[in-house]
Amino acid sequence: MRELRVTPIKNGTVIDHIPAGMALKVLKILGIDEGVPSTVTVAMHVPSKAMGWKDIVKVEDRELSPREVDKIALIAPRASVNVIRNYNVAEKHVVRLPDRAVGILKCGNPNCITNLREPVETDFFVRAGEPPRAACRYCDRVVEDIPAAIV
Amino acid sequence: MASWKGRDILSIREFSRGDIETVLKYARKMAPIARGEKSSQSLDGKILATLFFEPSTRTRLSFESAMIRLGGQVLGFSSVEGTSVQKGETLADTVRMVEGYADVIVLRHPHEGAARLAAEFTERPVINAGDGAGQHPTQTLQDLYTIWDEKGKIEGQSIALIGDLRYGRTVHSIATALAAFGASLTFVSPPGLEMPWEIVEELKAAGTPLSMTHRLEDVVPTADVMYVTRIQKERFPDPQEYERVAGSYRVDLPLLREAKKDLIILHPLPRVTEIDPAVDRTPYAKYFRQAFNAVPVRMALLEMVLGVGG
Repeated sequence: MRELRVTPIKNGTVIDHIPAGMALKVLKILGIDEGVPSTVTVAMHVPSKAMGWKDIVKVEDRELSPREVDKIALIAPRASVNVIRNYNVAEKHVVRLPDRAVGILKCGNPNCITNLREPVETDFFVRAGEPPRAACRYCDRVVEDIPAAIV
Repeated sequence: MASWKGRDILSIREFSRGDIETVLKYARKMAPIARGEKSSQSLDGKILATLFFEPSTRTRLSFESAMIRLGGQVLGFSSVEGTSVQKGETLADTVRMVEGYADVIVLRHPHEGAARLAAEFTERPVINAGDGAGQHPTQTLQDLYTIWDEKGKIEGQSIALIGDLRYGRTVHSIATALAAFGASLTFVSPPGLEMPWEIVEELKAAGTPLSMTHRLEDVVPTADVMYVTRIQKERFPDPQEYERVAGSYRVDLPLLREAKKDLIILHPLPRVTEIDPAVDRTPYAKYFRQAFNAVPVRMALLEMVLGVGG
């Protein structure tokens, strides 16, 4: 029997077209860690016609809402999100860059108040572009390298 | 801006040109009270909390003077020594505690974004009196007021910003605000201390008439306003290099021989050697007037955010 590298899932969410190497950061942004009650499959460095190489994330038995997943557009601007029901793609959409990134990025300014022990989440204004840019709502510092700034 | 009552004063960028004009006109009405020529009790019964997490005597005293001149009371601290901040209290907690004791909060803090954070934890209006290398909007308003009051208008003035344009906090805010008012700008700085390129690009994109030079003498004959800032010794690894650079950016009487008759010279103070004390006696010197203008501007803001007077 041929063993599939990545098996189809019955129910859940498949995030496809993640830039190669970003899958673990995608999980981090989505808050999917060892405490998650479902099976998570991560495929890294998969050949892709469109992208050369890509990553894929599959989360079983959990339907992620589009708004929830849009956050990953910060590092995976062309990712597509497929909601799977009974092995079929029931819904499909492409992520959209959010206007704000709350609690996702760490401000690179060591003197920013959000880097002190204050009871606030970081908050960035996001601007579209190649790559997108994010400016701290507190200190105005612009994040040059968004993937490196993921909390 | 529909209503000023309860408004936080956090960044000059949140002010439209119309907002700034409102403040300038309001401040002019306050000037006789600030000078002690007229009296007012408009803020009788109101309390201002001055929370200074780092010392800034001039800023604190001018806020206190403004509040007291308007019949209000002041409480607060001028450094964190002996406060619960030293015990590790968060800014968020300090602000929520102070909210119970005062009607308006003025905050000075060494960390950027502190005023915005504070404003999120209190219903009381928060006025940013400087947060780290970030914003200091009341200083900018005071500078704009001085130019407007001395010159009658800001639009069309030829304004030279001189000194450390790279790290100087006030100079970034004032450049952006002056550009919004249609002034033409010249940046004069030693090599390595030029205005950050993001700001230059932003101003150019907005169509601001703009030039740059390393030579102070280039701007003297054409400037309507010279805004001089301090060149900080700690920016130079070599003390001799500092002496050389600081010496070439010194405003003195020989330099001003070519100046326009109605030139005004401003400086956010404190100065070190950038302006020769001999210049103080010339009609150009407006920096002490500028320091006084902190009071009417802050009076105007206090009345406006407390929703009294008008």
